[in-house]
Amino acid sequence: MSEHELPGLLILDIGGTYGVQENIVPLLKKHFCLITMKEFLENKKEMSKKIQSVFVSECRPTVDQELLESLPNLKVIGNSGVGVDHLNLKMISNYGVKVTNTPHAVADSTADIGMALMLASARRLVEGSQIAISPHTKYFAVDWLGVEVSRATLGIIGMGRIGYKVAQRARAFDMKILYHNRKQRRKEEEQAVGAHYCEKMEDLLQQSDFVMLVVNLTPETHKMIGKKELGLMKPTATLINIGRGALIDQEALVEALQNNVIRAAALDVTYPEPLPRDHPLLKLNNIIITPHIGTATVQAVQMMAEEAIANMLAVLNGQPIPSEVFPK
Amino acid sequence: MEDQKLPCVLIDCIGEKHGVYEDHAEVLKEHFCLITMKEYNENKTILGKKIRAIYMWYHKPVINEELLQSLPNLKIVASSGVGIDHLDLNLLSRYGVKVSNTPFIVSTDTADLGMALMLASSRRLVEGYQMAVSPDTEYFPANWLGAEVSGATLGIVGMGTIGYKVAERAKAFEMKILYHNRKQRNKEEENAVGAIYCKKIDDLLQQSDFVMLAVNLTPQTHKLIGKRELQLMKPTATLINISRGLVVDQDDLVEALQNKVIKAAALDVTYPEPLPRDHPLLKMENVLITPHIGSATKKTRLLTMENMTESIQAALTNRPIPYEVLL
Repeated sequence: MSEHELPGLLILDIGGTYGVQENIVPLLKKHFCLITMKEFLENKKEMSKKIQSVFVSECRPTVDQELLESLPNLKVIGNSGVGVDHLNLKMISNYGVKVTNTPHAVADSTADIGMALMLASARRLVEGSQIAISPHTKYFAVDWLGVEVSRATLGIIGMGRIGYKVAQRARAFDMKILYHNRKQRRKEEEQAVGAHYCEKMEDLLQQSDFVMLVVNLTPETHKMIGKKELGLMKPTATLINIGRGALIDQEALVEALQNNVIRAAALDVTYPEPLPRDHPLLKLNNIIITPHIGTATVQAVQMMAEEAIANMLAVLNGQPIPSEVFPK
Repeated sequence: MEDQKLPCVLIDCIGEKHGVYEDHAEVLKEHFCLITMKEYNENKTILGKKIRAIYMWYHKPVINEELLQSLPNLKIVASSGVGIDHLDLNLLSRYGVKVSNTPFIVSTDTADLGMALMLASSRRLVEGYQMAVSPDTEYFPANWLGAEVSGATLGIVGMGTIGYKVAERAKAFEMKILYHNRKQRNKEEENAVGAIYCKKIDDLLQQSDFVMLAVNLTPQTHKLIGKRELQLMKPTATLINISRGLVVDQDDLVEALQNKVIKAAALDVTYPEPLPRDHPLLKMENVLITPHIGSATKKTRLLTMENMTESIQAALTNRPIPYEVLL
């Protein structure tokens, strides 16, 4: 099949700050005729009819009404990643366009980052590394201590695919695992990881040494952790967020950390990303922030592309779609 | 004074940078008459005869022959932590002094730190944190990537208590686990963590994405990892050290990192600690160093103190010593 007979796929760019990774381009080109935003804008008349799919990576390109209006043959938006809170699902659906995500590809690497943040925060790894290399360090103080992860209690809020993989990992550290979820998991699944269901989130908050947010962002979960929830947590507890920044009331979090209402926080996600450089969260010393790197591995990027491609091709070929996302 | 009925135990000091923690000292005083080095030095003649045990908290007080000669009634040196490479066991044996350590209590925290270092290094956590908080950051670039821990191959050098706990944790990340040890573990132990024995360390080095050192320091393991071993490792591999600095030839490691013979290193231990402030390891982007915090948690340090108390009490009442170190 010549390149031009392959269905057109719109991407933002190749490489650069927000473009798709260079090493997945050959994979995309195997199944699609790649069209960058620049090429599209330079030749809208010809390109607009060719584009049947859009590959959204790092939330780009932005899918707004103007774009949807100009792509008459668009059938599917293939999102790289599992979160779709940046897409207006209802609006897209009104144009008869399907949306797919990549829930399988993100699971391991995101669960790993959750564990990495929990361990780094508990054992004060970032602080420790700064002491180890600081020009002012003359000795290592013997009374410089962190807190234990093994045998502590982990409360997982959101026990989907990623949350369950976190539980599998935490179990190997002999952690006691509590979880809160819209639906309770089956007995076998609970027993396999030793997880106890907390129908009320309050129970989980009160008993956990580490609280990990692993839910997606919806109107229901927006600011689900606020002043009240932080007040219910132990003063020795750590809050870890690998979901979305807007799950937490950030102002309430700043206050809670400043007043030692909780011990510490570790966030891979904030709202916005990056935070404004004068944001109070950046000045606290009991917080670790990472730049949304939950799926930032060579392997995950490859797997997300593969999963997105499989989903988009299923739509274009009229086959069962593995991971379609529907508006509420 | 009631104090006199309690056995006298020599410590370095209370509080300050290397001393026994103040809250621990309160508990110890219920069992022992604590004598600091300062007090001992001011009254050697009288106190020397009274001291029956030394409570060695993180390598202090330093024990030499002169000290041993002035403590005729010394029965035991209780040392904190599992490593005893800082003690002259032959010297202590000649003076009839027993030695105890705290082998098991530190294992879990140390295994946890090994996992923390592996994850932090592979996912570039410290670098990422610096980007997230830097005043110069305007955006987070998409092409900034780390490497996956899940599903990778971990080679554990030294499959003792700590090494085995690392294997238990790594298994949950679906890692392929290889190990090298003086003795092969039994089949049930291997199967429980899915660990494959490498009789030759070379085989482990050649196949691993992460090489974790969990041996103790002995003449046999001194500079176990040198130029030859580093070259056998994959250029994409990371070396993690949670054992002792001297298990690695540091000069060879610097060279290997500079020439990209291996990808990165994550070290909780170095030689010396801390490193001199102009040491090349401190400036390298692909090196993560932590200040020997393998067992640095409140709970574990408290249990360490309790273990040491048990050992001292056993020695002074002629009972079997729970954590005795034998030559």
